[in-house]
Amino acid sequence: MAVKRIGQQTILLPKKPALLAGAAWAGPKEGKGPLAALFDCVTEDETYGQQSFELAERQMVLDAARAAIGRSGLREGEIQLLLGGDLLNQIISASFTARELALPFLGLYGACSTMCQGLCLAAMLLDGEHADHALCVASSHFCTAERQYRFPLEYGNQRTPTAQWTVTGAGATVLSLSPGKPPMARMTHACIGRVVDLGVTDANNMGAAMAPAAADTLLALFEDTHTTPADYDLIVTGDLGQVGHDLLLRLMDGQGMPLIGERYRDCGLMIYAPEQDTHAGGSGCGCSAVVLNACLLPMLARGELGRIIFMSTGALMSVTSSQQGESIPGIAHAAVLESPVEKRTGV
Amino acid sequence: MNRQRIHEDPAHYEQMTSQASPPSRTGQGVLRAWWVGGLICCIGQLAADVGVHLLKMSTSDGYCLAAIVLVFLTAVLTGAGVFDRIGQYAGAGSFVPITGFANAMVSPALEYRREGMVLGLGAKLFTIAGPVLVYGIGSSVLVGILYALLHH
Repeated sequence: MAVKRIGQQTILLPKKPALLAGAAWAGPKEGKGPLAALFDCVTEDETYGQQSFELAERQMVLDAARAAIGRSGLREGEIQLLLGGDLLNQIISASFTARELALPFLGLYGACSTMCQGLCLAAMLLDGEHADHALCVASSHFCTAERQYRFPLEYGNQRTPTAQWTVTGAGATVLSLSPGKPPMARMTHACIGRVVDLGVTDANNMGAAMAPAAADTLLALFEDTHTTPADYDLIVTGDLGQVGHDLLLRLMDGQGMPLIGERYRDCGLMIYAPEQDTHAGGSGCGCSAVVLNACLLPMLARGELGRIIFMSTGALMSVTSSQQGESIPGIAHAAVLESPVEKRTGV
Repeated sequence: MNRQRIHEDPAHYEQMTSQASPPSRTGQGVLRAWWVGGLICCIGQLAADVGVHLLKMSTSDGYCLAAIVLVFLTAVLTGAGVFDRIGQYAGAGSFVPITGFANAMVSPALEYRREGMVLGLGAKLFTIAGPVLVYGIGSSVLVGILYALLHH
């Protein structure tokens, strides 16, 4: 009997694994956005001093991972598990970083849902006492994603108004069962999402493709935990962008579980200012990864947020499936995070 | 199997999606394409006129010069990282003159150089321009056959 399972999809974490430390590396465009001051490092240019954009993304992951480990008070060798992924074919950013860190490594692919996928798996492994300390990483890079999924960078195509801008950034979070210092947050539930597809085929409208999956996971979490949106100070989705954000609100209204407008945010809308001309907002594994580590974890640590749902959203298509006219399956994983301190101020 | 939690049929969701998605601004797009495309054509015409009147070229050589000038300028602007911004602004206006073709050749050359001269640059040079060539040359062959049949 799976005693740590409640309802259809939610996993209970009775030991409340600690999110001990985080780090967020961001690119130059993100460094001009509203969260600029919160990043640990803003790279001067897209190449980050490397020979190729792929190497640049990899270096950002490595630097963020080392910074997070350093901040956790642990030594690199004490991390017993590394979980991570990215958007590139064969997840080379994560696995080549794992080569440098030489830690036991599980590579993940969940498209842009990777950060939360990693958190959920790491928290389960810790709660099951299969490890004491784990590290989760996720990254994306505008230039590496563009050339793999779309066109050469200098190709002068026009982006549609619903298109999103892949975030250049890497986030890393250290989780621990026996933290040697006060944690930034604790994770109480993980909700593993189902793949949901309502038939959106436009690869330039991924927010619309992912919104139904986000609604599905939220409804499952509320049902399984007997909670409502009012029980959370903030519900944060990964990268639905403006279109997906609006659609999620409408879908939840339609299901009789309306979200509270001022307590619902999307990382893709938080990371860029409207005048940055990113159209519908940010996307990519790095989007929710850097917002979690740069913004949400510190707010939880300070007690400005009491309890939140952090939910990364992914569009699970490939170039091939899109070209063959298939619709875009979406997925969303959710983590319930609690502040380690008494809540001080409202949101 | 029906374990749908979201009670929303795809047809209705498509409707919701199009309501939530901001439309392309056709008026603004057409206006921008018109003035940028027109300006590019003026530059081409200027090059042709310079060739014909100042350099005493034949008319057909003058138009060759116009194409060479536009292709050269586009290649330089693509390499300088400017042309993609012009494309984002002007859309088809920056494309329809021969400039679009030049950009479609130079941008993959820049992008895939790192994967090597043969399997990178060589193999991927025509990723964007390839379809244009295939169907352009293909249709010219068809038209040629039709022309030959009708005139003999």
